[in-house]
Amino acid sequence: MKKEFEVISQIIQNNKRVLDIGCGDGTLMEYLKFNQQNDVRGLEPQKDLVQKCIAKGLSVIEGDAEKELVQFPDKSFDYAILSQTLQAFLFPEKVLKQLLRIGKQTIVSIPNFGYWKVRLHLLFKGTMPLTKNLPNKWYNTPNLHMCTIQDFVNFCKEKNIKIDRSLCLTNEKISEITNGNMLYKNIFSQLGIFLIK
Amino acid sequence: MPGLAGLFFCLKQTMNKEVKNIKKLIVNQSLGLDCGKIIKNFPIAYETYGTLNKNKSNAILVFHALSGDQFVTNINPITKQEGWWITAVGPGKAIDTNKYFVICINVLGGCMGSFGPKEINPDTNELFGTTFPVITIRDMVRAQIYLLEYLGIDKLLSITGGSMGGMQVLQFASLYPNKAHSAIPIACSASHSAQNIALNELGRQAIMADPTWNNGNYFKTNLSPDKGLAVARMAAHITYLSKKSLQEKFGRKLQDTGSLKFSFDADFQIESYLRHQGTKFVDRFDANSYLYITRAMDYFDLEKQFNGNLSSAFKNTKSKFCVISFSSDWLYPTIENKEIVMALNACGANVGFVEINSDKGHDSFLLNVPKFLKTLSEFLNSTYKEINNEKRI
Repeated sequence: MKKEFEVISQIIQNNKRVLDIGCGDGTLMEYLKFNQQNDVRGLEPQKDLVQKCIAKGLSVIEGDAEKELVQFPDKSFDYAILSQTLQAFLFPEKVLKQLLRIGKQTIVSIPNFGYWKVRLHLLFKGTMPLTKNLPNKWYNTPNLHMCTIQDFVNFCKEKNIKIDRSLCLTNEKISEITNGNMLYKNIFSQLGIFLIK
Repeated sequence: MPGLAGLFFCLKQTMNKEVKNIKKLIVNQSLGLDCGKIIKNFPIAYETYGTLNKNKSNAILVFHALSGDQFVTNINPITKQEGWWITAVGPGKAIDTNKYFVICINVLGGCMGSFGPKEINPDTNELFGTTFPVITIRDMVRAQIYLLEYLGIDKLLSITGGSMGGMQVLQFASLYPNKAHSAIPIACSASHSAQNIALNELGRQAIMADPTWNNGNYFKTNLSPDKGLAVARMAAHITYLSKKSLQEKFGRKLQDTGSLKFSFDADFQIESYLRHQGTKFVDRFDANSYLYITRAMDYFDLEKQFNGNLSSAFKNTKSKFCVISFSSDWLYPTIENKEIVMALNACGANVGFVEINSDKGHDSFLLNVPKFLKTLSEFLNSTYKEINNEKRI
């Protein structure tokens, strides 16, 4: 399991109700359900991935988060997870609002557009950045709203969203983001993981 | 053609005789129907496949649709045709009878041995015909519970069915929230739409317009409204297919000679196909049953049973749901299946949902649609595994 999922599983721990939005083939859900006894649901737009999840015994609904989240009652999950998907929505703000409504707490991870390789790519090559985390060209990328770790933190401040924990992954190593190291983390981390409410 | 009519008559006589030899449970308790009438000492006909395991944890209750019966798979002993869900049920199939014990019960109002308009009314010693009480999906489901009691099955591994079978799944899950580990409603709806009521009414009117229907007393004349029933079936059959599948299969292809006959014979292959579907159906189905069962479907409104809140129907459910719809099904479209999913989510129930891509319309659930059968098989398998793991702990 990738490091990001390990971090998320550690935050969630055991016996919680969890909704994984954009759950893919259900790798994280599977771990949360079978290793940590969580009650997990998923939402995924791709049929073949939903079928994979169902085969694993995971309760996943085929659907688009921008339309389907309204059906879940307020605070019906302990955690709502959005792993590296926020940037792919047409209206990320609306989706995030729904998550904060449904989950008592929400875990959001974002690929960091402020990562130094991304910055250098644009600066020196003058073309849209291609990295391991961002492998698609500008015309076929699903990512419509890229942001940096700093952008996301600023956004939460603006919208009065409380950040309980800010973590980042730098070359597969996990660390806390603080006010003091923000500038540094925003350059050297590939991924930001936030626990918000 | 008196010869042909005579042949039909003979065939029906043998059918009736054979119906008497099928598995039946006579329910000696009384059951209060939704219409207010009380029935007792009534038969429910059923069939089972596979073997019930020692702790009775591998039973799957399959609910049949409008034109189905208890003979889910193998060769139907009455009609000598393949069982209606032979694609999904059998050894090594999605609902694997080597592993699971499959039960199916002919619905109340049906014509394959269960209490229906073709049965004899003990008060009059005549067939019920249209004096049979109007039954509902809820009545059908409540009648089936007696067989589970008789078989000593406390909790089913799963309940499943498509179309009207799916409605029974929903009703069962709502009535008995702790009697099934999992529930798989397929291509159905929690309340029958205006369009579907309209289509059923078309079928009923076709039967009633047949003079031999005789207000449902056709058994007195030894005739039956075969033409009316065939037309009803033809109309219904169109609704089970998609425009695309009809176009691909038949297009404007002509029958026989390859040129128009300038008459009202079946020029087009689609006409002859539908006529064939119609005549095939009257050999095995009772016209009055068709009226009663379509009525039960029309009356089905689970939302209304719970004062307009579908979610309350499932608020106590312990079952894990897997709702399945088909992309080209316009009779029970994905949106209606999704309403069930939304209601389940609103009450925090455990639900998965997938729409299967298929061009084959509503009938997809009866046909060989590999992705559907795979999903069905894998969901059941995962439920089965989970239950057995639970028991080990």
